[in-house]
Amino acid sequence: MTRSDTGPAIETAGLVKTFGQTRAVDGVDLVVPAGTVYGVLGPNGAGKTTTVRILATLLRPDGGTARVFGHDVVRDADAVRSKVSLTGQYASVDEDLTGCENLVLLGRLVGHPKRAARARADELLSAFGLTEAADRQVKKYSGGMRRRLDIAASILNTPQLLFLDEPTTGLDPRSRNQVWDIVRAVVAYGTTVLLTTQYLDEADRLAGRIAVIDKGRVIAEGTPGALKSSIGAGTVHVRLRDPLRRAEASEILERTLAGTVLPESDPVALTVRVTGSDQGAAEHASRALAALAAAGVVVDDFALGQPSLDEVFLALTAEAVA
Amino acid sequence: MSTTTESTESTVYTPTAEALRAVLAPAGRPSPPGPLAASVTYGWRAMLKIKHVPEQLFDVTAFPIIMTVMFTYLFGGALAGTPREYLQFFLPGILVTSVVMITMYTGVGLNTDIEKGVFDRFRTLPVWRPAALVGMIFGDVLRYVIASLVILAVGLTLGFRPAGGVAGVAAGIALLVVFSFAFSWVWTMFGLLLRSEKSVMGVSMLVLMPLTFLSNVYVDPSTMPGWLQAFVDVNPITHLVDAIRGFVGGEVDSAAVMWTLVASAFFVIVFGSLTMRLYNRK
Repeated sequence: MTRSDTGPAIETAGLVKTFGQTRAVDGVDLVVPAGTVYGVLGPNGAGKTTTVRILATLLRPDGGTARVFGHDVVRDADAVRSKVSLTGQYASVDEDLTGCENLVLLGRLVGHPKRAARARADELLSAFGLTEAADRQVKKYSGGMRRRLDIAASILNTPQLLFLDEPTTGLDPRSRNQVWDIVRAVVAYGTTVLLTTQYLDEADRLAGRIAVIDKGRVIAEGTPGALKSSIGAGTVHVRLRDPLRRAEASEILERTLAGTVLPESDPVALTVRVTGSDQGAAEHASRALAALAAAGVVVDDFALGQPSLDEVFLALTAEAVA
Repeated sequence: MSTTTESTESTVYTPTAEALRAVLAPAGRPSPPGPLAASVTYGWRAMLKIKHVPEQLFDVTAFPIIMTVMFTYLFGGALAGTPREYLQFFLPGILVTSVVMITMYTGVGLNTDIEKGVFDRFRTLPVWRPAALVGMIFGDVLRYVIASLVILAVGLTLGFRPAGGVAGVAAGIALLVVFSFAFSWVWTMFGLLLRSEKSVMGVSMLVLMPLTFLSNVYVDPSTMPGWLQAFVDVNPITHLVDAIRGFVGGEVDSAAVMWTLVASAFFVIVFGSLTMRLYNRK
């Protein structure tokens, strides 16, 4: 155990990167604890990829500092490179080569002799279910297979920090689940994973902490649970039998829940954001249900849940706009 | 290799935690390869690409044959009495022209290759950074050798008889390959600097046309106007052609060889470092 194993995996302060007039990264501060999955969540063009590319030593920042396991990404780039691996947004494998050739090539580039590189490639191909496709050119792979090969290439020399830039964008649900399982195995082994995503459920399922990025800035940071409760105790979803009684129900809910009714396009659905403490939410909800029953409003479905990360994200970006 | 259908998995892959844990366990971290070993490995990548896309050898086979046959019969009778006579003078020149023209594909290839994500991975490896480009040019050196041998074979068939023998021809081709390796760095720079492969092609032709035609490749420069002779005299292509004519003719022109090597060193130092500056910023 070296000293760097005890500090954070990533630490950035005031990171800035401009492209012409655009400030792609505009003062990002991040602290990523070692041994966890850290989610960086944001829409297209928020600065996620640029941040990852700076941290992976592919881009030089225009301002601020970034350290990976204590090593400065600019001054000590080689030390950083020996500890990290990147699976980019676009396949970071050679499409003209076969899956096996890709892994042997990288094996040799990290310093394995020919025979060991071949053995390592076979081992990885088998663990990632690609043995059958080993001798086919990568351009003939499906999206899921390509992504698996890409991740296999990234763990060829098991890294201490793995960057996954939108690893499931464009994948079908089955391939996405496979990638999630792989990420869980990688982090269980002890590798820190920095994952960027546009999908809130993905960050919710995998990440221990999440930074929400918009327009090159971190607009919120914390555990998924903390982010959700930061915008309210929860959300009540109600479905009515009779759409004509919606206005009446809405009024009852607003009064009993002390919350705000969110606009819904479905004529029988109502969503109410409950403000106040966590404990109060369930109590408010039972009172609301009783009040609806007393008024004779038939309820088909009544659910109390934490706000989804989608709601969190929309609430946060709306604040940033205002 | 010729199947065009998208392959799908015949059995559904389910990642198992045990299998993944087994491959994650480090079987010892090897130390990264040195600059030469890394360059050779990237050279191997270039060979694999030729193996999978053999069509890319078209420009080092068909193009040189057409150049050699076309100019031999076009100019031969007028300039030297017979095409066969002309060929004795012309073959070293067309050898240089064809191979130097082919070097531009290094820039075109890099321009298309660099846009792919695989370079992101290469650049995050803890190996000597220029290795990826040096290796790429190592692969191109193979193409230069193939093109040289094709032209030599065509020349010998049409009646070219080198007085310098096998050793002279081998020395000539070796010098040509050294120069072409060095000259390729001009194109790697443009390959990184320009946005599309079309613009790389455009700039390449703009540079290569005057460089190869305004030289001693096709005719004896003594009939040219003075200002043109001045350019021909400083053109590195002229020195290279002189040096190769010396080798294949059996009379080594050491001044021309020396100037060619000086020019080669210049290209590697100046354009090699410009290329690396651009590569590190990409």
